[in-house]
Amino acid sequence: MELFKLTASALLDKLSRKETTPEEIFKDLSQRIADTDNKVKAYVRLDQTKDRRPETIDYSLPSIVSKPLAGIPVSIKDNICTEGLNTECCSKILSGFNPPYDATVIKKLKESGAVIFPAKTNMDEFAFGSSTENSQFGPTHNPWDLDRVPGGSSGGSAAAIGADEAILALGSDTGGSIRQPAAFCGVVGLKPTYGRVSRFGLIAFASSLDQIGPLTKDVRDSALLMNVISGHDPMDSTSVDIPVPDYTKSLVNDIKGIKIGIPKEYFVEGMNPEVKTIVEEAINKLRSLGAGHKPVSLAHTDYAVPVYYILATAEASSNLARFDGVQYGLRAKTSKLIDMYKKTRGEGFGQEAKRRILLGTFALSHGYYDAYYLRALKVRTLIKQDFDRIFKDFDCIVTPTSPTPAFKIGEKSDDPLSMYLSDIYTISANLAGIPAISITCGYTKAGLPVGLQILAKPFAEETIFRVAHTYERNTEWHKVKPKL
Amino acid sequence: MSNYEPVIGLEVHVQLKTETKVFCGCSTKFGAEPNTQVCPVCLGFPGSLPVLNRKALEYSIKVGLALNCTVQGYTKFDRKHYYYPDLPKNYQISQYDLPISKDGFLDIEAGGKIKRVGITRAHLEEDAGKLIHNDGSSSVDFNRTGQPLLEIVSEPQIYSPEEAYEYLNSLKSIIRYLGVSDCDMEKGTLRCDANISVRETGTTGLGTKSEIKNLNSFKAVRDALGYEIERHIETLNAGEKIVQETRLWDEKNEQTISMRSKEEAKDYRYFPEPDLPPFIISKEKIEEIKKTLPELPKEKSVRFMNEYGLSEYDARILVADKQTADYAEIRLKGWPEMNRKPVANWLIGPLASTASALKIAVHEVKISPKDFLDLIDLTENKQVISNLSAKIVLEEMAKTGKSAMAVIQEKNLAQISDESSLEKEIDAAIQENPKVISDVKAGKTNSIMFLVGQVMKKTKGKANPKLVQDILKRRLSDAQ
Repeated sequence: MELFKLTASALLDKLSRKETTPEEIFKDLSQRIADTDNKVKAYVRLDQTKDRRPETIDYSLPSIVSKPLAGIPVSIKDNICTEGLNTECCSKILSGFNPPYDATVIKKLKESGAVIFPAKTNMDEFAFGSSTENSQFGPTHNPWDLDRVPGGSSGGSAAAIGADEAILALGSDTGGSIRQPAAFCGVVGLKPTYGRVSRFGLIAFASSLDQIGPLTKDVRDSALLMNVISGHDPMDSTSVDIPVPDYTKSLVNDIKGIKIGIPKEYFVEGMNPEVKTIVEEAINKLRSLGAGHKPVSLAHTDYAVPVYYILATAEASSNLARFDGVQYGLRAKTSKLIDMYKKTRGEGFGQEAKRRILLGTFALSHGYYDAYYLRALKVRTLIKQDFDRIFKDFDCIVTPTSPTPAFKIGEKSDDPLSMYLSDIYTISANLAGIPAISITCGYTKAGLPVGLQILAKPFAEETIFRVAHTYERNTEWHKVKPKL
Repeated sequence: MSNYEPVIGLEVHVQLKTETKVFCGCSTKFGAEPNTQVCPVCLGFPGSLPVLNRKALEYSIKVGLALNCTVQGYTKFDRKHYYYPDLPKNYQISQYDLPISKDGFLDIEAGGKIKRVGITRAHLEEDAGKLIHNDGSSSVDFNRTGQPLLEIVSEPQIYSPEEAYEYLNSLKSIIRYLGVSDCDMEKGTLRCDANISVRETGTTGLGTKSEIKNLNSFKAVRDALGYEIERHIETLNAGEKIVQETRLWDEKNEQTISMRSKEEAKDYRYFPEPDLPPFIISKEKIEEIKKTLPELPKEKSVRFMNEYGLSEYDARILVADKQTADYAEIRLKGWPEMNRKPVANWLIGPLASTASALKIAVHEVKISPKDFLDLIDLTENKQVISNLSAKIVLEEMAKTGKSAMAVIQEKNLAQISDESSLEKEIDAAIQENPKVISDVKAGKTNSIMFLVGQVMKKTKGKANPKLVQDILKRRLSDAQ
């Protein structure tokens, strides 16, 4: 029946017309995964899902139909806690970690009737990476070209959506980890405003930057999922108590009068010329649809990557201190406490995790704190102010999501610096705490998707949805599927 | 050889008496089975996040205000990193550069004078768990993990072990008045580390300090400081240098032992806790909390002196503990005479002894204010019983809850104030002690008290001693 190809909103229509059942959708999707995931490897620990079936849902019950995602499977990144289902951040050190609690987003999804898919999606260990190569389970492959990376760190979720191996998926974005893989895999990825979605249950990478967000086949599904997962959570002091609008109401085919800023610092020498052309065409398309645009300046853009790698690694070094073998996960066998710490962490963390822990520990060390951490915090404020200034006059900012399309597996894995630069366009949104989406705006000659990033001021997800949806309605890119 | 004076600073950790932990909803009840009061948050499980207990913040503000601190309108939490199995996240949520309160003071009584000790800061943090060592293995009890601790740091303005002892007593008294902690060192709800250095008398710099840990009572603090001062002075006098280090107090052997030196001192890598946004505490909120502060010991003692005419000494003793003060005040108030000195004496003396004999607190002595004041009246004014008997009556009242008169009648303790009833015992005392009689006659008039004592003994303390003395004086002078 190929139900797996459909969007959540299409499936919800079918369900309400009784043309299918949640069981059928689940079976169909499971079959698709069985058929193609040996190539894509979007999921981890698939063997554990063998005997898992969703509870039978009686879709004729009015109480079910009123639930916004009743019967829709959602695939979850391996760093979002799911009760009774291993959550390991694709790290050896969390081997076997089975959380006794659901993340708040998972609770909300369950309350909305969604079916949590019983295998988690692959990711860079602890979300450290832009290619999903830093997973203890091996890399995920880009559905558009299996020799290429799906981006990262939410590469599993993005590839699953791109390969029709998922209906809806959740990822997390600390510096671009939803948007860059969305761009690489030709799907829609939204990083919400910091504080819009509860982080409770998201295994922290950098607490002041992390946000959970949707990876979907189209903008409408993104809005549907945001309707469910957004909102203040008393369990997360950084979540903000601002009412959640019905995001689907923003899905209008109209951007007349929308003012778009194009940051000149984002279109510089060195970016892939094909990406540049495709993104410029997309901007022209937006103009033809009635939006006005002007060049703007984000003067501190050059500092975003260094600032990010100081702050994010500093927070990561602290957040990862708890993985010590005492209570859960891997514990190396030793007789002395100090050896247990050293061996557990030595064996449990991969190379990139160790690199970031060392960088962050250094940045926070006595004598270096002021020069690195404190200074980075100050520059973060300047970067935020750049955006504040622009959003006084503009509704949104449009940029490429990534300077290049998906690169080859192994191409950058020995060159952390060039890997870090892969996030050059996405990092600023995390530093500023603003929402940003990536949608597909074309394909390279080699057939690789290119992402368009739309950013707006804090809590202006509605503007983003409006612009993204209008663009999508007037283009065909999102309908193109990879051949698997 | 030079003269040295000690300079002491104290770091006190007070466990706040909130119902739930500081960053999660777990119970803080003492004495539960290990690891029964835990949740993903206080266990530091991945993905869990702290949420500040507002009560703990309010309690912290109360202490800050009571210690005359500036309560900061903008405060934040920081992470302090170190690895230890009783610290589940391997960082402690504490406060680094913006503590809730700073720049306060505490007035203490030292050597008959009031002395002001500066309070550097008071900040809120989470407690760690407890390690339990068994044969060959160790386990952790996380029940205490995440309990709210207020760390109160004094300026190095304490100049003797005695002052340190007084500082701790005053601090405990104030915090117990606020009702925010029990400050019980035995239960660990108050813990104290002491920093000590010595300097040549008359100089103002600070010498190299040592930090003393493992202090389990106020007395231990005083003793350990005494020991350290001696050790510092002896070391310096021997021409050696003091090593900056942490030392443990070994209570059994009454000495301190080196634990770690500064070279091993840790870099805690403090940075702002990203999971908790900074807190804004409005002036209105601070004022509101200020209004809820109870009368504190210092104010209460001044009032007791003014309203009840107590001496400073008596007032200070009575107000040290709030429940004792409340118990005392009802009784002081109930005394119909202007001179309430007898009531204060009875509270501080016999009643306190009775309480300690019964191993209960003064306020737990179950004698109603009326019964208590009746007893004082019967003893001091009406002289129905002697002071000696009165103490027996008091103890019996405390045990049985009976009135003073009932006990006096039951035990037949009424004072004999009738001359004729005493004649027999007085005669006997005179006849049995010819030597004393001749001493008295020879001018040693004080020896008459010995005879009074004999009569008291014969009457089992029931005789009115003043009357006996008068009769004896008269009889012996008649005989001359």
